[in-house]
Amino acid sequence: MELDLTADQEVFAQTTTKFLDDEASPTDLRALRHDPTGFSSAYWRQGAELGWTSLLVSEEDGGGSISGGGLTDLALVSHQFGRFAAPGPLLPTNVVAAALSHRGSPEQKADVLPGLLSGETVGAWCWAEPPPNDRLGKVAMTATVTDDGYVLNGRKGPVEAGAQADHLLVVAQSDGRPVQLLLPAGTPGVTVVAAQGLDLTRRYAEIHFEDVRVPRTSLLGDASSGVDDIEWQLQLANVIQMHEMVGAMEKAFEITMEWMFNRYSFGRPLASYQELKHRSADMKAWIEVGHGIADAATLHVQGRGDRAGEYTSAGKAYLGVYGVDVLQDCVQIHGGIGVTFDHDMHLYLRRVVVDSLLFGTVSDHRQRLTTLLETKEDANA
Amino acid sequence: MPEASVEPVEDFRRRLHPWLEDNVPRAKRPGWGMAMTQGQLSDDEELAEVAHQRDLQRRLFDAGFAGICFPKEYGGQGLTPAHQQAFDEEIWPYEWPFRLQVPTLQPCATVILDYGTEEQKRQHLPAILCGEEIWMQLLSEPTGGSDVAGAQTTAMRDGDEWVLNGSKIWTTGAWWADWGLCLARTNWDVPKHRGLSVFMLRLHQPNIEVHRIEMLNGSREFCQEFLTDVRVPDTDRIGDVNQGWTVGSRWMFYEKSFGMLSFTTRPTPPAGAEASGGFRAGDVGAAYVSEARRAGRLDDAATRELIGEAHALSLASSEGTSRIGKAMAAGKLSNQAAGLTKIIGGTLGIRQSNIALQLTGSSAAAWTEENEAAGARGTAFLVRQTGQIAGGTLEMSRNVVSERLLGMPRELSVDRDVPFRDVPRGPSAH
Repeated sequence: MELDLTADQEVFAQTTTKFLDDEASPTDLRALRHDPTGFSSAYWRQGAELGWTSLLVSEEDGGGSISGGGLTDLALVSHQFGRFAAPGPLLPTNVVAAALSHRGSPEQKADVLPGLLSGETVGAWCWAEPPPNDRLGKVAMTATVTDDGYVLNGRKGPVEAGAQADHLLVVAQSDGRPVQLLLPAGTPGVTVVAAQGLDLTRRYAEIHFEDVRVPRTSLLGDASSGVDDIEWQLQLANVIQMHEMVGAMEKAFEITMEWMFNRYSFGRPLASYQELKHRSADMKAWIEVGHGIADAATLHVQGRGDRAGEYTSAGKAYLGVYGVDVLQDCVQIHGGIGVTFDHDMHLYLRRVVVDSLLFGTVSDHRQRLTTLLETKEDANA
Repeated sequence: MPEASVEPVEDFRRRLHPWLEDNVPRAKRPGWGMAMTQGQLSDDEELAEVAHQRDLQRRLFDAGFAGICFPKEYGGQGLTPAHQQAFDEEIWPYEWPFRLQVPTLQPCATVILDYGTEEQKRQHLPAILCGEEIWMQLLSEPTGGSDVAGAQTTAMRDGDEWVLNGSKIWTTGAWWADWGLCLARTNWDVPKHRGLSVFMLRLHQPNIEVHRIEMLNGSREFCQEFLTDVRVPDTDRIGDVNQGWTVGSRWMFYEKSFGMLSFTTRPTPPAGAEASGGFRAGDVGAAYVSEARRAGRLDDAATRELIGEAHALSLASSEGTSRIGKAMAAGKLSNQAAGLTKIIGGTLGIRQSNIALQLTGSSAAAWTEENEAAGARGTAFLVRQTGQIAGGTLEMSRNVVSERLLGMPRELSVDRDVPFRDVPRGPSAH
């Protein structure tokens, strides 16, 4: 995305960068290590003012993009989130806001969107489920239709910002079809179990739903819109992850390059060893490929193209391997210091590893690609 | 040429489409010929194919479709990369002169375009674009592949002529090509990069002996040439005397950037077209799915995962390469970034080759007539490293990227500031 920015996008990206530079330094991140929320509400409100939460929301709904293509703008923010390993529920809030703006009823929008847009409230997308229902696309949670609404039963997790969220957008099976239901976090029968997580500032939870009764108006869209909406939201989540991963790879690589020039062993800088030069060249190539596939996927999703799922899965399958490898190689080149808490490398390593595991693992996305290819072949036959 | 006078791409496409249908035969296998060494033809068949492709090129030239991104004054069309892309898509179902693309149009013709004199350009570029001249690169030598600037083939001045002696190797199709671009040493008493010059020479002459080399897959496309007192007029020198490395650097850039520039034709199935039979970056997965279905292995989770992995790598490589090209065009990455694409091939590409072999299984090792495609996969795997060797090795690209793009310290060199004559040479080189 960074190759052909409009002047407005440049300013937008710079503003976010400057803000994160001031508010999300490695020292700030370390200070949040034991913070149960992982970000301060003032920080998140300021980010929202910069536009972090409004890019996928239509102008009629109070949002708006910089370039007309909200997802490419959001990609710029995600990229910086990767570069800074920045705190804040960027992914869940944007996915929930996008889903509401796209499909929400006027009441749902009025209830929830203003708070998400201003950063006063946070949304959580309850999509994943714990084992044994943790393969991509599997939904075991049920929403049983009653006379006046639904009864929800099941478990969701990991849910990012699950304990911090004011609104839950829950994926469940109803009459054999996946649907999404929007409910307030405090609804009776909902139990939030905070999880331990690899990321220093991102908080995850497992959420248990036990005979949770919600009115019919909780349904997002109708019973038939769920399949496509959930797929689209997954693609959005994957795009945000990919740009974060590329940003984190880039930053880790820059730190490692600087280290190799400054660190001397046997009387010469590490940067002068051919073996390390060759690995650096490979890493540079893999980062460029990361940019390429992340940008292509973003445009496919933004344009709602036929191949959007294919490109997002390809990106996740690629970055889940090469992104993680780049980060671990950066650690290796640092030697012992690279695996200490005081060094910054783990901030980016955590971010990349977490992004590689959530919203589809490498294996999930590889297999999904084959399924997509198969479907395409059947359609052509 | 002012922007406004360029023919709109869609007009170009509308003009091209019916012409191709009326004048060019349909291809038996669309896209076939993307890799030059893939055919196993008899010599007679190969010569007939070369003649046929010259004729195709002539037809394109006469109809105003040859050299789309070459300037009009030298027989090209003076159009844009977007026109070439439209051409690549339109020509997909038809036969195309693949033997006249690389290295004739790029790097040879592009080097002439950049460094040739006006006279040289007028003599050769139209002749190349109309299919009369097929060019090859006389670059590598038996004594050193990657160390191109260490060329030992020597050119001695004799009046208005030069006399060349030495040997060149890895010249594709030199036995049927017409001309060669040759890097030779014109001064042994200065450091290696400062004593080189570039010459154009006719390949078919008594003083050049062309030997064909058999590769391990049976291909006999590569040649070695022995030059004995080959006389070249000074007017066939490109660039200044002893400034050959300036030309050579550009030459090598062109050698690594086919995919990023638009001087050559690379047939591409138009968006939405079924790509079976040919190949398009990003569509390998579809072929694997059909194969696995035929082999009854599509339900196997391991197979499904490998197919997905290969497809992901293919899309990622292709998008990565295209982004690097765009970044270079926009001046955001230096030309040295061309080496990154080699690394993509050498890492992601290698993994894709391994997957191809795994998916094919035992019939890649031994096959019958019914299963020749599997055999071809096996054979292709044996030459897996070709892409990491030809046109500069992967290791050289890694050096270039790390030193020139990332600014890391250069390798210690013992041949930089000494006369080339005094550079140590192994026992095999005299």
